[in-house]
Amino acid sequence: MIALQLPALQVLLPLAAAPLCLLARRSGAAWALALATGWAVFAVAVALMLQVAGSGPISYAMGGWAPPWGIEYRVDAANAFVLVLVSGVGALAVTYARESLARKIAREQHALFWTAYLLCLGGLLGVTVTGDAFNVFVFLEISSLATYILIAMGRDRRALYASYQYLIMGTIGATFIVIGVGLLYLMTGTLNIVDLAGRIGDASLARPKLAALAFLTVGISLKLALFPLHLWLPNAYAYAPSVATAFLAATATKVAVYLLLRFGFGVFGHSQVFSRLPLGEVLLVLSIGAMFVASVVAIYQADVKRLFAYSSVAQIGYITLGASLASQTGLTASIVHLFNHAVTKGAIFLLLGCVALRVGQPTIERIAGLGRRMPWTSAGLVIGGLSLIGVPGTAGFVSKWYLVLAALERGWWWLAALILLSSLLAVVYVWRVVESCYFREPSPRLAQAPEAPASMLIPALALAAACVYFGLSTGFSVGGAAAAAASLLQALP
Amino acid sequence: MEIVDYVNYWIAMLLLVTGLFIVIARGNLVKKLVGLGIFQTSVYLIYISPAKILGATAPIIAPGYTLYSNPLPHVLILTAIVVGVATIALGLALVVRIHEAFGTIEEDAINALAQGDDVE
Amino acid sequence: MKSDRVLRVIAKLMIPFVLVFALYVQLHGDFGPGGGFQAGVILAAGLIFYGLIFGLETTRRIAPDWLVETMVAAGVLIYAGVGVVSMLLGGNFLDYSVLARDPVAGQHLGILLVELGVGVTVSGVMVTIFYMFAGRAGREPGED
Repeated sequence: MIALQLPALQVLLPLAAAPLCLLARRSGAAWALALATGWAVFAVAVALMLQVAGSGPISYAMGGWAPPWGIEYRVDAANAFVLVLVSGVGALAVTYARESLARKIAREQHALFWTAYLLCLGGLLGVTVTGDAFNVFVFLEISSLATYILIAMGRDRRALYASYQYLIMGTIGATFIVIGVGLLYLMTGTLNIVDLAGRIGDASLARPKLAALAFLTVGISLKLALFPLHLWLPNAYAYAPSVATAFLAATATKVAVYLLLRFGFGVFGHSQVFSRLPLGEVLLVLSIGAMFVASVVAIYQADVKRLFAYSSVAQIGYITLGASLASQTGLTASIVHLFNHAVTKGAIFLLLGCVALRVGQPTIERIAGLGRRMPWTSAGLVIGGLSLIGVPGTAGFVSKWYLVLAALERGWWWLAALILLSSLLAVVYVWRVVESCYFREPSPRLAQAPEAPASMLIPALALAAACVYFGLSTGFSVGGAAAAAASLLQALP
Repeated sequence: MEIVDYVNYWIAMLLLVTGLFIVIARGNLVKKLVGLGIFQTSVYLIYISPAKILGATAPIIAPGYTLYSNPLPHVLILTAIVVGVATIALGLALVVRIHEAFGTIEEDAINALAQGDDVE
Repeated sequence: MKSDRVLRVIAKLMIPFVLVFALYVQLHGDFGPGGGFQAGVILAAGLIFYGLIFGLETTRRIAPDWLVETMVAAGVLIYAGVGVVSMLLGGNFLDYSVLARDPVAGQHLGILLVELGVGVTVSGVMVTIFYMFAGRAGREPGED
């Protein structure tokens, strides 16, 4: 019986555990509850993925109201893959967080932190699992409001301002998404995504449909921080508590990318927008802009967290680049990179949390000599950095390999060259971190610093090890991504 | 006569652009939130306009009525209003905290102070 | 505002009606327009009105922080609980039809309980928002 209820449990568990955390009040109890929920949710996601692999897409009628009238939760190869990613990173971050939170956030706020965290997790999973376009907006706002709170809990006063800026930009994005969904509803009379895809396909591209496409694309792009709509991201990542940064960097933007793919290919793909509008070309130009501009800006950052935040903007460029090619290989590359980048950035930001525990806000100067004082942490950072560059043997290489393949498939050798060229920029900013870690005298703050506690180091290094594992064994990541791409591309001829 | 036929949508678009303009052009954090509120309100109008049918009653089946308005957009917008309230409340709470931390709620002044923090 | 006699008398006269009206909107929600959202806001409006006239501290004695905070969480749990019960009885999440032997009675019971949950949470949240903002009034920059 429980196997049939999994899609509902996926969202219900975190959303119901959140108020329990609020009632628990005590720091330890709230953490234990969040930990149990996090891993249970991960187990549900894995079970769902196995079910989908075994017997095809699952449809779950919320409240027993049959789709397309009721709200449908629909799990196929594409969102099952994203669910596993989000819940996996979510569970690891909770495991890691106890020690980090104890030093960075006032004790009486811990239960509130976990409430917001679980709401955010539940919202992100909800966006991914639901098959109803308006439900997407509701879950998106649940996760976003929780995100603003998580960011504002950072110690620095700039965290408050970063959170405010994200609130403004995020709300504009979400409102654009509602307008898009509303226009689609006006034109088709349905909110069910599968039903929408079936009804939008008739030949005429009426003006409201174009407007819906525009509003949805811009709104989602704000959420996923597509260049040049990324301005909220660097400060939000830099000043949020480390756990929150790692979790958000690995999941929030990725879920938004999934939404873009779902609406772009799963819905609008049926009305041939890719062949009739220069959508791919626009996305291509913006992606290349992200890859170069954000990488160059990253090079000049003094704050290491902000450096990697700009690097995130650049890496999102690679993800959308794959999507802009609108082919099976391109989309596979895009989804593989979505997965690999989440693992890589998750590892890097968790390790930076270990560093922040010892030196405060990590800047290039303050982490000088880290290699000698905190060898495990800095070794993990190097692995993460190599994966960002795309060195063979790391996860980043796999995704860039598929990107280059997709570019060459189109015969665009210049694009392959641009991908390699932008990787060189990644070498520069990663090198700045490595150089400071290994080739400088320890900074005064680090002189006496011991290695980070094992409870933090083990989950963080597990993710760093995953960067290597997914670089050598591509069965899960590429296999899952290829299946996801195939299910999204059904619409395209 | 097109303008008269679509007057609801014209008003919605006017509100949308007005709200967005305030968000972008004003430096005061509270005024920005006011703009955001207007911006969100425009969406309510976009949804409700086509759902209300002239001469129709509330969708509760009762003898003597045959024409009902579409309840779905109304329900959706009820949800959106709640989301809007939560957003504005959180935004204002942040402004209060920003005022306590920076001593001002003007964007330029906060940017200057934040840059000062960077140098330290 | 505490000293203004007109306000105090009017408030004392009006608040009971506001609260009863909230109950009406709450319980009438499955027959006519109304429901948890509206009822919760009306109930909270009654309390906030009281707070504006008689001061924050007096209001906090009627509805202490722990109570309001528990309401916020409890309402969501009632809502989720109804869903879980319907799952345990063999239906999908929030399928009210299985809650009673007769599906129509089940739908009735289900929506009543869910709206109760919504009402509790919404009134809790509204009062919390009021407490949070009113509690910080008069603070100088830098205090925290």
